[in-house]
This record gives sequence, structure tokens and C-alpha cells, in this order.
Amino acid sequence: MCARASRALPSSSVKVSVKRARTIRQQEKRLAIAMLTPAIGIVMAIVILPVLTNFWISVKPIALGDLRPPAPLARRHIRDATADATADATQGDAIVRYILRNSSATKELRDILIEDTLPPGYRPLIPLPDNFTLDGTVLTARYDRWAPGHTNTVEIPFTIATAARDTTQWEEQPLRVSADADNILSNFQFTLNNFRTVIQSADFISLLLTTIVYTCGGASGAILLGLCAALIVNKDFFARGMLRALLLFPYVAPIIAVAFTWQFLLDPLSGLINSLLLAFNITDGPIPFLSQRPTAMMSVILFDAWRYSPFAYLFILARLQAIPKELYESAMMDGAGIMRTFRSITLPHLSGIIGTIFLLRFIWTFNRFDDIFLLTGGAAGTKTLPIAVYDSAFGRNDIGGAAATAVLLFVFLSIFLIIYLKVYKREKIEV
Amino acid sequence: MNDKTHQHTAAPAVILTVAVASFVLAALCATLWAVAAVIFGIREAAPPMLLLVFAMSATVAAAIGVVTKARHESTAPFGMHAILAAGVAAITIAYGALLGVVGAYGLWAAAGIPVTALLAMYLISRLSKGVYLYSGQQVSSIILCFAHMMGVFLFAIAASLPFYFMIVASVRPRALLLQNPTNLTIPVKEGFANLFNGYVEVITRFKFARYILNSTVVSLLTVVITLIPAILGAYAVTRLRFRGRKFLSNAILLIYMFPAIVLAIPLYSIFTQIGVRNSLFGLLIVYPAMTIPVALYMLRSYFQTLPRDIEEAGLIDGCTRGGVILRITLPLSMPALASVALYVFMIAWNEFLFAFMFLDNPEIFTLSRGVVSLNTQEVPRQFLMAGSVIITVPIIVLFFYFEKFLVGGLASGGVKG
Repeated sequence: MCARASRALPSSSVKVSVKRARTIRQQEKRLAIAMLTPAIGIVMAIVILPVLTNFWISVKPIALGDLRPPAPLARRHIRDATADATADATQGDAIVRYILRNSSATKELRDILIEDTLPPGYRPLIPLPDNFTLDGTVLTARYDRWAPGHTNTVEIPFTIATAARDTTQWEEQPLRVSADADNILSNFQFTLNNFRTVIQSADFISLLLTTIVYTCGGASGAILLGLCAALIVNKDFFARGMLRALLLFPYVAPIIAVAFTWQFLLDPLSGLINSLLLAFNITDGPIPFLSQRPTAMMSVILFDAWRYSPFAYLFILARLQAIPKELYESAMMDGAGIMRTFRSITLPHLSGIIGTIFLLRFIWTFNRFDDIFLLTGGAAGTKTLPIAVYDSAFGRNDIGGAAATAVLLFVFLSIFLIIYLKVYKREKIEV
Repeated sequence: MNDKTHQHTAAPAVILTVAVASFVLAALCATLWAVAAVIFGIREAAPPMLLLVFAMSATVAAAIGVVTKARHESTAPFGMHAILAAGVAAITIAYGALLGVVGAYGLWAAAGIPVTALLAMYLISRLSKGVYLYSGQQVSSIILCFAHMMGVFLFAIAASLPFYFMIVASVRPRALLLQNPTNLTIPVKEGFANLFNGYVEVITRFKFARYILNSTVVSLLTVVITLIPAILGAYAVTRLRFRGRKFLSNAILLIYMFPAIVLAIPLYSIFTQIGVRNSLFGLLIVYPAMTIPVALYMLRSYFQTLPRDIEEAGLIDGCTRGGVILRITLPLSMPALASVALYVFMIAWNEFLFAFMFLDNPEIFTLSRGVVSLNTQEVPRQFLMAGSVIITVPIIVLFFYFEKFLVGGLASGGVKG
């Protein structure tokens, strides 16, 4: 068709229309880039970049204190020498002590410059100590290099020309400092120490196991509860609309409110659950659910299942309502019982969506931090990998270890995902 | 008794028979259960009290059975309604026990009655060879109906009890709660105004009024900051052709594979060095990054269902792309926009991790951070619960009001996790 067209039309207009098509395509592409830039830009900056930074930090030898580059610190202390009984002429009218030090105990400073503007009438006695020079009214100290943890004190006698010896204004004026320093984040020192420390620590295996148990338990529990809820709501009954709304509360409510309420419910002294157990005579004394070894993990898994079952419930219900009613009717006529119809009709239709939901919940529960942190803080055997990341960073100030744990978290998640996707070869996620 | 399965009219004689039969059946089950309870030492029973409770429940069960049978005139097998009624009665008794109205015996009665009733019906149907009271199908339909009702009740309780408890715990002072933790009534005896003591304290002394303002501002701004890039991006992905479009639309949600804690640490250090960490501005940078992918996804799904013809007509008439979006696409997608806006608002309002980690200055706390600050030994738990109610109520209200939109949004793109 194109060849015929080129024979029929003069060649110049064909070239023009081809060019116009190409320009339209280019125009669209440029417009698309412009429109997508804000979204992709923000996500790149806030999500991708920190993740890459995390990978970067995990292979560097770094502690939390290192995140601020080292700086020189200088303090000035003024002492009146005329009141001193043992003073002699060489001590002048006042003695100013400069206390200088390196803020970092691990890194050196280079090309340090410290400046102090002297008030009128105050003059240091010459000769000035090493490294100090006087430029008009500015007293300057220059150092080539300060070792890590360097500190030195310099005392300079001053003469005061004016009658008023008021030093308060001078005392309030800060000293100007500047220096060059290595930023640990930007040099090319690398180490695998962080990973070594994390993997070889005594409780790493238990961390991993706890995370897996929590993830599988929470995801399965959520699906189980969601399945039951969907089956229940699928049949018509008198308060159905209200129940449908009610069932979504656990998912929609803020995590803070729900976590503290559950903490209160499980409280050994004034909690509802414990007093119900006592009333039913099931236990002899109150059980501290969230501070004891096996029960803490069970409570946390139960909480996770409770809170995220509406998610499974929504998807399963949508799928249930799409199963044709004729299948059930013919099954009933064939005399199949409840369990049989469930096994042979309902479950096969649901297996796809359940697999998808399990995958999604697995990912999110594996990464979950808020819930366990608020309920138990990671105590009593509920410490998972995300909690360990937080503990390393803010509990022990070990940023490198935290970053390494985070990288390992991501690696393990990817491994499990690949295994899962290979074992259950399902169609693309049909969310 | 075998002609009961095909009743279509509720003649008085039939009603009477059903009533008596239901009562007898229920009382039989109750007695069996009482005996078992005493034998197995579940309670050092005061038999008269126990039997009284069971008789009460049996009567209630029979009454409800009669009423439902008479009203429905259905072909359901007799006794099924009695069983259902027994279940309802049992549950009512159980809650009466909780509220301190009936003794704790009631709790065991509540558990035992329905179980033994079902067992009894099953045994009877199995044992009466040749004179079937119930066919296998009817038995299973009884069990199904009962399980369904129990399920409705249990799930309704399970979903709402923590919230009811939150409200009760915020109005019951600590002393009352310690006294009887299972008493879940609202103490109106000390005066209606006293109920809100906790709330007044929390709003004034603990500055929750300010936190509410902060949370509202942050959430609304997040919605605005999220929607603009999301609308543009969704439009680009659905309407414009460019290389990498398929990859982009499928890979958007992979962002959520990264745990928030992994983002939190580098962001913490970078923001500290820049100086935006301890500020609402820092939150306003992070929240949209977390919500734009899902908003883009949800809008993309919706835009794909919009017909292109109208937009193309607009383009032919000389509208710019921007004009098309503003005048044609957006007005058509109001429901989706409302749904996305609500969802993003909910995420921003409920967000905990970054608010907790970034904010140090009480003046700029959001509600999430504020409620955490109530979780200390010095603050009575009542106030903590009051704060929890304050943060929960707006979301629940919004949710009820716009339920259609939110459920649609959650189902079609509810992948925030």
C-alpha cells in the first residue's frame, strides 16, 4: 500500500506526511516524559535512592556518629590576670585560654582555620604562640592536621588598653572555624565487616526463622479468616450490609489505635481476654500474652491475621461472587454435601486468587515493622528482621550493621519470591 | 412426626407442637450439658442455679423457634429453628454473663447448648432407621445454617469488639476497669459529663487539638501533592505511546517490595544533614513518594476504562493535552478521583513509622506520633484510649460516609499492604 501511495502521490508530500508521523510520535514521547517526570522523580528520589544508599552504606565501615563529618571545636575562656597575686608583667592584664579539639575520635581534620575577632583595646602579647597570627583585629590560628581525638589548649596573655574591662560581649561572640575532612560516605573504603558481624551473630538464624514463622503464620491466618468472612457474607442475611462495612474496620483503622487497644486487651491485670479466660476457668492465673515466649509470637501472628484479613476478604468475595450459581445448583441436585461442593467447586475457583493474595501478604508481612514494634517491641521471641534493622540503627547506633541487615532482608525476600514463583507458576498478578 | 417436613401453613396445632417439641428438645440438651458440666468439674455447680439458667435459655430458644417457624412457614425441617434459636439464646446468655447480669455459669451454658443440640439432632436422625426425621441433606443444611449464623455473630464481634473496647476503656476510669475487667458497659452513673473527662484532658493538656490540625494539614496536602503527578503519570501511561510503557505500568507496584524501614534509615540521615528532618515538610516529601505508585496504578486502571473518543474529539477541536485532561478526563473520573483521594488520605493519616522517627518537636507532632507520646507510665491508660479514639473516629466516619468509593478503591487497587 505504501508503494502504491508513493507512486500515486508526489514524493514530496509523502516525505512530509512521514515526517509528520515521526514528529507526532516524538511529540507524544516528549510529552509522556514530561508528564511522568514528577511521579518518577519523586519516587526515584525518595524510594530508589535511599535503597541504593542503603546498599552503599552496608559495605562501608561506618557508625551513626560518622554521619556528621568531623569539625573543629573551639572554646574561649577569659581570665583576669590583674587580680592574680602572683602575676608579673609578662602575664599582661588578662589571659585568654583557647581550648581546641577535633569533634571526631576516629577521623582526622586537615587545613583547620580558627578565627577570633578581638574587641577594641585588647591586644595579645607578642610573641604569639605557634600557628597563631594577628591580622588587624582578627586573631587567626592555622593548623595543617589534627589527628582523631586531637585536643590542645593555648593560653595567650592580653593587654587591655581601654579602661573598661568588660569581656561579656566578647565572651558571647562565637569563634569562626572551618576545616577539611573526609566524609566516610564519599570515600572508597569498603568492607564486608558489617555483613560478617550480622551473619555471625548468635541470634541471626533465630531472627530469620522468627521472620519466616511470622510471615507464613500471618499470611495464612489472614487468608483463612478472609475466606471464612467472604463465605459468610456471600449468603444473604438480614444485617448483611452492616456486616460488610464492619468487617473492614480492622484494615482501615490506624495502626496506632488498634495496636494499643490490643495491648490493653491482652493485659494480664486489666485486660478483657485474661478475665474471660479466668471466668471460663480455662486458666488459673492471668497470662502475660505479650511478654512470654510462645504466647507473644502467637498473639502477634493473630493480630496480623486479624488486621489484614479484610484485604483477603475483599478479593476473595469479589471472586466468589463471580462463580456461576448454576454450578452450585447442579451440585445440589446431584446430591453433593457441603464439604464436597466446597472442595470441588468453590476451592478450585479460588485457588488462583488465594495464591496471589498469599504472595502479596507474604511480601508485606515479611517487611512489616509497625505492628510488632508497637505490640511487643521485639521482645519475647518476636524480633524479626525489620525490628533488628531498627534496633541496630537506633538502639546500638550501628548504621553499618543496620544497613547490612536491611540488605539481607531484601535478599531473603527475593529468594523466597523466586522460589514461590517457580513452584506455583501462576498467571500474572490479577489485582 | 414425619409429616412436619412438608408444612406450608401454620395451623395453631402445628405451632403448639413445634413449641412443645422445641422446648423439650432444648431442655433435654440443657440438662445433658448441666450433667456433663458437673461430672467434669467445670464448675462446682450449684445445680438449682445451673438448671435455672439452662431452663431460661431453653425457654427463650423455644419462643424464638416458634416465632420464626410461624413467620416463615417454610419447608425447613422442624427443630432447625429451635436449634438456631438455641444458638441465639446461648449467645445472649453469654453476653449477659459478660455484662455481669448472669453468673459465669451462663458462659458455659452458652458454649454447651448449641453443641449438644446439634449432636442430639444428628444422633436422632441416625438412629431412627426407616423413619427418617431428617435426610442427610437436611442435616447438612441445618449445620450450614447454624454455622453461618454463628459465623456472622463471631465475625461481627471479632471485628468490632476491639473498637467497642477502645471506646469503653476511654470512658471507664482505671479503678472501675481493674475492679471488673469484663464489665463493658458505659458508666453513665457518675454523670454524663464525666464520661468525656479523658477527651478533654487529652485535647487540652496533651495538645491533641494541635495534633489534629497537623494531621489534617499533612493528610490533605499529601492528597494534593500525590494526585497531580499521579494523574499526569496515569494519563501518560494510558493515552500516550512511548517505549517502556508496558514495563512501567506493570512495574509501578514493585516499589512496594521495599520495606519502609530500609528507606527510613538513609532518609533519616540525609534529611538530618539537610535539616528538613524534624519538620512537617520532611513528611510531606516522604508521604507522596509512598502513595504515588498506588494512586497512579488505581487511576491507570480507571483511565483505561474511559473511552478515548471524547478525548480525541477534544484534541481535534484544538484542545491541548492539558486542556483535555482538565476539561474531559478529570470530570469523567470523579468517582475514581474521590476513591484515590480517600485512600491516600487514609494512608497519610494512619502513617506511623516516619512520623515516629522524624518528628522530635511536640509542636509539629501528627496524631500518630501524639498517641505514642501518651504511652508512658505516668499517663493513665484511659487517656491513651481516648487519644486512640480521636485518631480512629475521623477515618471511620469518612469510611462510612464514602463507603462505596473506598471499597471500590481498596478492591481495585488496595495494594498498600
